[in-house]
Amino acid sequence: MKGKGKVRSTPKGRVVDPRALDEVRALLGTEPRQRDLLIEHLHKINDRYGHLSAAHLAALAQEMKLALTEVYEVATFYHHFDVVKEGETPPPALTVRVCDSIACELAGAQQLLKMNLGKDVRVLHAPCVGRCEVAPCVVVGQNPIGNATVESVKRAVEKQQLTCPETKYLDLAAYKKAGGYKLIADCLGGKHTRDAITKIMEDSALRGLGGAGFPTGRKWRLVSAEPEPRLMAVNIDEGEPGTFKDRWYLERDPHRFLEGMLVAAWCAGVGEIYIYLRDEYAGCRKILETELRKLKANPPCALPPIHLRRGAGAYICGEESAMIESIEGKRGMPRLRPPYVAQVGLFGRPTLEHNMETVLWVREIVEKGAQWFASQGRNGRKGLRSFSVSGRVKKPGMHLAPAGITIQQLIDEYCGGMLDGHRFYGYLPGGASGGILPAAKNDIPLDFDTLQPHGCFIGSAAIVIFSDQDKAAKAAVNLMKFFHDESCGQCTPCRVGTAKALTLMEHAKWDQRLLGELSQAMMDASICGLGQAAPNPALTVMKYFPQEVG
Amino acid sequence: MERVSTQQLAMMPIEFKLNGKTVVGRPDETLIECAKKNGVEIPHLCYKPGLRPDGNCRACVVEIKGERALAPSCCRFPREGMEVTTDNPRAVLSQKMVLELLLSDMPETEYTKNNELDTWAKKMQVGKPRFEARAQVKADLSHPAIAVNLDACIQCTRCLRACREEQVNDVIGYAWRGSEAKIVFDFDDPMGQSTCVACGECVQACPTGALMPAREVGLETIDKTVDSVCPFCGVGCLLTYHVNTKQNVIKFVNGKDGPSNHNRLCVKGRYGFDYAHHPQRLTKPLIRKPGFPKSANFTVDPANWSEVFREASWEEALDLAASGLNKIKNQDRYALAGFGSAKGSNEEAYLFQKLVRAGFGTNNVDHCTRLCHASSVAALLEGIGSGAVSNQVNDVENAEVIFLIGANPTSNHPVAATWLKNAAKRGTKLIYADPRRSDLSRHAWRMLQFKADTDVALLNAMIHTIIDEDLVDKKFVADRTSGFEALKENAKNFSPEKMAPICGIPAQTIRECARAFATSKASIILWGMGISQHVHGTDNARCLIALCLMTGQVGKPGSGLHPLRGQNNVQGASDSGLIPMMYPDYQRVNTDEANKRFEKFWGMPLDKKPGLTVVEIVNAAYDGKIRGMYIMGENPAMSDPDVEHARAGMAKLEHMVVQDIFLTETAYLADVVLPATAWPEKTGTVTNTDRMVQLGRKAVEPPGEAREDFWILVELGRRLGLDWKYQHPKEVFNEMRGCMDSIKGITWERLERDSSVTYPCEHEGDPGQPVVFTTHFPTPTGRAKFVPADLIPANERPDGDFPMVLITGRQLEHWHTGAMTRRAGVLDAIEPEPVASLHPDDLQKLQVKPGDVVTVESRRGKISLYARADAGTPRGAVFIPFAFYEAAANMLTNPALDPFGKIPEFKYCAVKVTRGGAKPGDPGYGKGRTLDEIYG
Repeated sequence: MKGKGKVRSTPKGRVVDPRALDEVRALLGTEPRQRDLLIEHLHKINDRYGHLSAAHLAALAQEMKLALTEVYEVATFYHHFDVVKEGETPPPALTVRVCDSIACELAGAQQLLKMNLGKDVRVLHAPCVGRCEVAPCVVVGQNPIGNATVESVKRAVEKQQLTCPETKYLDLAAYKKAGGYKLIADCLGGKHTRDAITKIMEDSALRGLGGAGFPTGRKWRLVSAEPEPRLMAVNIDEGEPGTFKDRWYLERDPHRFLEGMLVAAWCAGVGEIYIYLRDEYAGCRKILETELRKLKANPPCALPPIHLRRGAGAYICGEESAMIESIEGKRGMPRLRPPYVAQVGLFGRPTLEHNMETVLWVREIVEKGAQWFASQGRNGRKGLRSFSVSGRVKKPGMHLAPAGITIQQLIDEYCGGMLDGHRFYGYLPGGASGGILPAAKNDIPLDFDTLQPHGCFIGSAAIVIFSDQDKAAKAAVNLMKFFHDESCGQCTPCRVGTAKALTLMEHAKWDQRLLGELSQAMMDASICGLGQAAPNPALTVMKYFPQEVG
Repeated sequence: MERVSTQQLAMMPIEFKLNGKTVVGRPDETLIECAKKNGVEIPHLCYKPGLRPDGNCRACVVEIKGERALAPSCCRFPREGMEVTTDNPRAVLSQKMVLELLLSDMPETEYTKNNELDTWAKKMQVGKPRFEARAQVKADLSHPAIAVNLDACIQCTRCLRACREEQVNDVIGYAWRGSEAKIVFDFDDPMGQSTCVACGECVQACPTGALMPAREVGLETIDKTVDSVCPFCGVGCLLTYHVNTKQNVIKFVNGKDGPSNHNRLCVKGRYGFDYAHHPQRLTKPLIRKPGFPKSANFTVDPANWSEVFREASWEEALDLAASGLNKIKNQDRYALAGFGSAKGSNEEAYLFQKLVRAGFGTNNVDHCTRLCHASSVAALLEGIGSGAVSNQVNDVENAEVIFLIGANPTSNHPVAATWLKNAAKRGTKLIYADPRRSDLSRHAWRMLQFKADTDVALLNAMIHTIIDEDLVDKKFVADRTSGFEALKENAKNFSPEKMAPICGIPAQTIRECARAFATSKASIILWGMGISQHVHGTDNARCLIALCLMTGQVGKPGSGLHPLRGQNNVQGASDSGLIPMMYPDYQRVNTDEANKRFEKFWGMPLDKKPGLTVVEIVNAAYDGKIRGMYIMGENPAMSDPDVEHARAGMAKLEHMVVQDIFLTETAYLADVVLPATAWPEKTGTVTNTDRMVQLGRKAVEPPGEAREDFWILVELGRRLGLDWKYQHPKEVFNEMRGCMDSIKGITWERLERDSSVTYPCEHEGDPGQPVVFTTHFPTPTGRAKFVPADLIPANERPDGDFPMVLITGRQLEHWHTGAMTRRAGVLDAIEPEPVASLHPDDLQKLQVKPGDVVTVESRRGKISLYARADAGTPRGAVFIPFAFYEAAANMLTNPALDPFGKIPEFKYCAVKVTRGGAKPGDPGYGKGRTLDEIYG
């Protein structure tokens, strides 16, 4: 104790500023103050004021009957919220985010990060923004600029082109005209049984396309066997570096996804649906908002309540249980399992969670038959895969190809071969998490289960191609940096492990024994897939590219 | 969540393999618990028994056959046929790696010595960590009680769970993410500037020293621990003193797993004990210097006592004390009175009332229960035949609706508040009605911030709704009550629509709350002095009783009536007979039966005339009718209403004996001051608000010649002609069992063993009854009685001259008149100065900035103190805690009494607030003095 006691002129802690409270109330309007809307409400303030001031946060806490710390810990968890405390300078009005994930880094993101756009613009690095086919990508406000150059970014800033340009897509009318929503109407009209549709999914061998590959039909059966009320959560938090397929589909045919979602919900007996869309996909958000509004205004069938929720910049929220936490308005901290999401998921209810693309396929599979889909594979595999391809190829982009295709076939048949002057050196078969393979391993069928013997996995089928001008070790450092940035901070192996691993990997010569031990613990003892998969790039570099780190 | 919910299933044994051996576990037992039972140790850090397992540190991971990754043994439960390995190379690699990773970031300092991480690292033979350390952060030493050294933090979130899931103070958060993730207070504020209420639960939970008692007291040498009970509020938390016997000092205190607190404590119970070691403790008997005048206007300077008093031997002081009392007794025994204390033990209270009744020969004995729940007790005795609570606080976990009215438990019963908050978090509907909005309102399903003084309007509107909407439990009313028709008739005039403008709560909300209360499976009412301290306090309580009776919400788990008792032993002191109209166990002095019983029991004739109550005694002193008093541990010169009048009354006494540990404002008016013992210096029982009789044990020696109150009572009793031979409090306790049927079954030995026994406990071995009135009420007919209430306004309403309302009460840190807590370093540092809380809008109108001095004046007096802007204070009202001598709230209060309970209207009187005034003076203690200033 030092000195005389101080008179407390207010109760303990921050006092809510009446003006800030009025402002927050005005922004929230008549919307419910329930806790799961915390992130939505934070967005409203951040959108309106460009940052989250302590005064607004304290007012929001009072308005939502939350503790100060409950609001603060959520606000600081997500990259897209800028918390500004008393006496701190708010960020400039405009933020330019330079993607420096692997595909963009290969394309020169580091140079772009040095851009000076004046004092009213801040330049931040960003994890994968899901536009790897046009790397490097820079997002000016919410306007993604592909194949960005300093000039093109400056132009956008000067012209204040800050919103995502609209894409041409099949809207409700067009989709309906082409036979859309007939399937769900038939389902509800008694022309199909839940069992029959589920059986088609089982026979088609459709698996979860978010990365885990859980058989779709079986998931529906599992959830439908759980007690009501059951919920559905659709994962469009497409954040795995190199992945952009979900965005590609949403920008073109949103209703195909929505109808598939409704069929899935019907089959699993779900009463309410939550769609979680990453904040980076502002264009898709607009499409979904517009089309959902139209759909609800003119429903082709009885609709369950459908909620569209907006992420706030956190890769970890693509993890199924972290996403559920985020939908509940909390930090995206993965849950321990068991219990599994199918049993105890969103709001504690049995939850059918699907990647967006998984349900996108439902209509076509029902229409064309299970066999049609199953017979699409190659090299003994079944089905189709939407490969997001980026890196040193002539035609990067979303390539729908048979499951089981090899990397060489994919490059040659779909990607127009390697870029001129580049020789195939290695590749990521499954985004940041799936490990790194050398060019010599060019004959492995790319599918679920086929890459595990090689220490890799396909995940969301994000393929990044390296050439002889790249280094695998450098890529591994980029990826570990990404995991370090995106670790939620909950468990020791991941929170401390990614930090320590990154330090070890930044040395020219790696301490392979220690890194190996650390990797083992991270894989074995981390709570979720992020920490468990984070060592994959390092381990595969030590295995397949030892010359680079020895 | 895998835990099987039904108890039966949870008990079924499960066979599984642990490190190759077949073992038996239970499905509700975690693997780490099963392993421990089987002698297998697994390292762990974020796991702590009592806290929800979180599984984040991953030090306890084990291999479960068939699973891809390792699993945290603290979060998993055995299943039939499971094969668990805790000690193979794979599991051990991860366990050790987790420890090594954390160890690499752990600084080597004093406060991290012997931490749990080190202990496990040594056991697991983790060598010197091979990783570079993280960048470290600076310590946060902004809080007087707790040092924050986040460089030692391992992010295990034990503190967070303690703060948010146990105490539900919701101050600690885990903000940011990844390796930036950190423990924060509010918005990552310095702890001392946060909403932290210093319950210390986080410190108790921290495994590494990242959160430590400030000033390094956690590092002191401890050579004795003593289990006891907290001396502050009525919750009665059990705790353990950690003592350095050489220095004769309590170094720190931890919560113990008592039935009312389950290891939890609040800031007072954890940090409020150094008052016992304060240099201003009385260490020798004092005798007033001849001719030194007594008056109502005085300034106490405890450091300068010798101006007024001289030291004396015990012999001289006791003889003088007794002779003065004997002299008056011989002239007019009705001119003697005594105030016992709710801060002392049951044994002391019993002896005190026996001394007055048998020694003085009158029933003029009372204590501060008169000032807190006398009206509640009056209504309860009248309605259901018993003044004690029907259900214990933590029975709220069985309730569907909790109706809390006129109470601020987060300040006044902090640990009890945690049970309410826990229940609210689980989804129990908390209806919180109070003119002041406190931090608890955030947890309320409905917050009814009704206008002060309109309790009966609000409650009668609820009663009206229940009748109007046909929600009455007709069977209960028919089988177990009487007088319902009168209630029904009376309620007709109180429709919510009519009462809404009076009480300020919309009719719809009143109806909604009444409905929820009436129709829930179990509803419980808890109330505090917001109900009792009114001239209509008894009426307020009558309405609450009616609400429970008419809906059948009493006499079963989660359903009942609980007046939250203020002081640690106000229940016990009342039970023990420190009441002018009742012998121990509420046996009325004016009934033949009770009078005969006690005359026989004590072997002497006893007076049948009920005595005077607290305020009546002081008034009688003022009028010269009471001439001599013996006051043990009470401070009426601070706690009575219109305190200047009370002081003037006491100043007129011919002879006043005060027994206390400090030279209180009351002691300053005494002729003889007897230095007594603080709670940790003596042994005795106290009874908490839950009817739990609990044993306080002596931990340190009293300073100087201070003596145990028990000894002083016996010595004084002998000098008053009583044949007292008591050697130990347990003899008194055993005597009490002979005349108090409610505790007949409680033995001293059982108290020594269990520390806490709930009464009624009618025979030895009786487990005690946590819920009472299950089949009948303790009334002559066995039925409870409805007593309708009408609207009676406060005695003094605001007017043009005195336009605002004064509400008095307590603060979290300061207890009663502040004699103890303002001399406790941490408590004083947090609230060092007297403050008046006003709504920011009112301050603006008065053109007063928060922190400025304001003057508050009533028809009885005037004080000046610092203004505090608090949006929870209703507009038009000012709230002042009464613990501050230099700005004594009771200079202002109105001594008007409730006609039944004789309780003064502390919660309502008219005042005028003006800008400016003299800065509050210095009482010679408190005021944020540093320890050096106190002891130097």
